[in-house]
Amino acid sequence: MNGKKITLKKTPTRKQNPLDRAHNFFEVALGYNLEEAKEEAKRCIECKKPTCIKGCPVEIDIPAFIKKIKEEKFLEAAEILKKENPLPAVCGRVCPQEDQCEKVCILARKGEPVAIGRLERFVADYEAKEKCQNQSLSKSSPEKTGKKVAVVGSGPASLVCASELAKKGYSVTIFESLHEPGGVLVYGIPEFRLPKEIVKREVEYIKSLGVDIVKNFFVGKTRTVDELMNEDGYEAVFVGTGAGLPTFMYIPGENLLGVYSANEFLTRMNLMKAFKFPEYDTPVKVGERVGVIGGGNVAMDSARVALRAGAKKVTVFYRRTRNEMPARIEEIENAEEEGIEFLFLVAPVEYMGDEAGWVRKAKLIRMRLGEPDASGRRRPVPMEDSEFILPVETVVVAIGQNPSPMIAKTTPDLEIHPRWGTLVVNEKTGATTKQGVFAGGDVTTGAATVILAAGAGKNAAKYVDYYLQNKEKQGIWEKLI
Amino acid sequence: MGYQILEKRVLGPDSHLLVVKASHVARSAKPGQFVVLRIYEKGERIPLTIANSDKEKGTVSIIFQVVGKTTQHLSSFNEGDEIYDFLGPLGTPTEIEKFGCVAALGGGFGTAVLYPLVRALKSKDNYVIVVNGARNEKFLILEDELKRLSDEYYVTTDDGSKGFKGFVTDFLRHLIENEHKKIDRVFAVGPVLMMKSVAGLTKKYTIKTIVSLNPIMVDGTGMCGACRVEIGDETKFACVDGPDFDAHKVNFDLLTKRLQMYKKEEEICLAKIIQKSSGE
Ligand SMILES: Cc1cc2nc3c(=O)[nH]c(=O)nc-3n(C[C@H](O)[C@H](O)[C@H](O)COP(=O)(O)OP(=O)(O)OC[C@H]3O[C@@H](n4cnc5c(N)ncnc54)[C@H](O)[C@@H]3O)c2cc1C
Ligand SMILES: Cc1cc2nc3c(=O)[nH]c(=O)nc-3n(C[C@H](O)[C@H](O)[C@H](O)COP(=O)(O)OP(=O)(O)OC[C@H]3O[C@@H](n4cnc5c(N)ncnc54)[C@H](O)[C@@H]3O)c2cc1C
Ligand code: SF4
Ligand code: SF4
Ligand code: FES
Repeated sequence: MNGKKITLKKTPTRKQNPLDRAHNFFEVALGYNLEEAKEEAKRCIECKKPTCIKGCPVEIDIPAFIKKIKEEKFLEAAEILKKENPLPAVCGRVCPQEDQCEKVCILARKGEPVAIGRLERFVADYEAKEKCQNQSLSKSSPEKTGKKVAVVGSGPASLVCASELAKKGYSVTIFESLHEPGGVLVYGIPEFRLPKEIVKREVEYIKSLGVDIVKNFFVGKTRTVDELMNEDGYEAVFVGTGAGLPTFMYIPGENLLGVYSANEFLTRMNLMKAFKFPEYDTPVKVGERVGVIGGGNVAMDSARVALRAGAKKVTVFYRRTRNEMPARIEEIENAEEEGIEFLFLVAPVEYMGDEAGWVRKAKLIRMRLGEPDASGRRRPVPMEDSEFILPVETVVVAIGQNPSPMIAKTTPDLEIHPRWGTLVVNEKTGATTKQGVFAGGDVTTGAATVILAAGAGKNAAKYVDYYLQNKEKQGIWEKLI
Repeated sequence: MGYQILEKRVLGPDSHLLVVKASHVARSAKPGQFVVLRIYEKGERIPLTIANSDKEKGTVSIIFQVVGKTTQHLSSFNEGDEIYDFLGPLGTPTEIEKFGCVAALGGGFGTAVLYPLVRALKSKDNYVIVVNGARNEKFLILEDELKRLSDEYYVTTDDGSKGFKGFVTDFLRHLIENEHKKIDRVFAVGPVLMMKSVAGLTKKYTIKTIVSLNPIMVDGTGMCGACRVEIGDETKFACVDGPDFDAHKVNFDLLTKRLQMYKKEEEICLAKIIQKSSGE
């Protein structure tokens, strides 16, 4: 096994058995142990011109951190990761690696790429355990700048932006509307994919840097951006409010009882812990047959949560084919192993209910793939007279989310994209159309990924700092926009 | 870290008023807005209208009726206790102008909503007729306050134990048909059935009517869609687009059904909390 020749396959990761895990909320992938990590690290040939780095949105020095694993210098490996990515334990678990770093790993030409994500997770978890045991968080507190920055939302974009600014000596306050910080990481992505302990760890770390987190504070209603800036003394604002507005299809019967947006379904389950009802007060209804509409991560999560909450049969209805599904491959495979069914090339056109208003049936139409659309994927086209009916007791609509509109609605000078509702920013600096206000993450890109949001938060922090240091100079804002 | 209860008053057999320290909310609150609160770690998020707020003291008053687990549990809270989470002000404030003669009808917990509304209506020089409805005399709340604020004040009870015997709708009909009151606008807040029948009546007389809808909510910030209601042909999120809507366009039957969604689960939870409190 240790021969010179590189194995074509990734070192497998241990997982909970599908039959067990389909009924619990514990983490599915168990992660590498030390031996496995070293084994996998050996597969990296430390390319002179590493292609993998270009595939990572934040350009982690991948061969360098993997080399440290080979040398068993795990903490140094963690340092390398953290230079570019403040949330390695999260990204190692949830990054769509097959579309990013691993896609362009040289080994992928002949066999499987180096399991970069799994190695990243291993290093981050190792470091967390060490730190926990040594408690040696030697924090040299930076010199205070005396300037206040407000960060709106507490998803990955905001968490990273806040920590970067705190490290630069700013007094940073995060304002979050929910009762728990973390954004999608706490209310959307389920425990079995991303244990909430890990998010808590990141949040605690950020607090330890002196960042103040104010929960139950809905910017736009509790206080507007203008009030924060003009009355409360915040000299800059970072908006990281994500894409939390659920999309419905607006087809007949969508308001029947039992038809959920994925956001509601997942919020009830993950944030409110409805899967522990009645120990927790928040209920959720999961019938025997559940239909999930969509093909992305959100659809996979909804389907797998529904299964764990006791559904007998969960079917994902997707209007394209498996090849076009935007979800992470690993999660599609996990879902398949767990017994989730997939029906491709179909879309719902109507839901039918009983007298009490509960959904009972879905009417679906078959699709075929036509010409490629703007996203480059072939556009699904409905086939005439192909409708058919299936019984369902619960439907989860997971067809996408749009940026949360509240901030833009209540801040007159913020420009939004007329079609997508995203905040208009300078891509390089994150500066919006309003002086002193920056933005990043899903609110500027539409629903995307954790690493892109984290990268945007980090980048914006750099320019917030630049702006605040040079604010008095003429034309400084014009330079940023 | 929670939100402290500074004052508690029992208004009726099932009605309580709490004054809660929450300066962020008090500072921005406007009539018609509400809060979403969670009373303990494992609790549900529920919406309650802001009945009053004091910017100086940084306090918000809420009035609630015990109907299920959370409200039952909350009724056991006392001065000094803390509410875990208290988010607000949420929702679009009620549109208040000088309408002329306004009838403000409240039933059940709706009476709590009337209080800030009537005050705001008076501040714009409206002539306000309040009709305060309840099952029977014992359940009437805020009588003194509403009497003091309004130009005309009436009481209806289902059993006739006080005031007019019947529903608020019957009394409104009486005002319009027998007393020939010229009413320019109606606000109706209360049980869905009451709002629906008021809407039916005022539609006949083409009096613009605003209702405050109370669908089940989770976040209260527009990110889940639990609160969706049908207004005309459109689906709206009551927590951000409302809770006030044009009564003549509301699909009340859908609202009634959607409010029943967790009936079974609510009973389980209520039984649990009652058992727990009687065991102590
Ligand atoms: C179910 C699900 C699964 C996903 N799976 C993956 C995955 O496997 N891999 C991956 O890379 N990406 C995944 N994503 C996408 C990823 O989670 C997002 O791209 C990322 O979280 C965006 O981060 P953000 O910081 O921009 O915003 P968010 O994480 O959306 O956080 C925004 C925060 O702002 C708060 N907020 C909103 N408005 C206000 C306001 N006015 N005032 C105060 N607070 C406000 C919200 O409550 C929220 O907490 C998934 C998304 C979902 C929903
Ligand atoms: C915008 C808004 C403002 C409100 N203001 C007030 C107020 O000022 N005072 C007050 O007493 N009540 C108010 N309500 C209703 C209040 O939210 C519910 O009574 C409360 O959620 C019930 O919670 P529970 O756990 O005690 O009851 P549960 O056990 O959850 O439910 C008991 C019954 O109450 C009804 N119900 C459940 N959830 C809700 C809900 N979210 N809204 C309405 N009915 C519900 C259902 O018919 C259910 O069968 C308001 C509701 C909304 C949407
Ligand atoms: S952050 Fe994501 S894309 Fe970058 S190296 Fe890690 S797993 Fe790959
Ligand atoms: S491309 Fe693959 S093999 Fe080459 S350095 Fe990157 S991870 Fe290692
Ligand atoms: S309560 Fe969630 S969108 Fe209105």
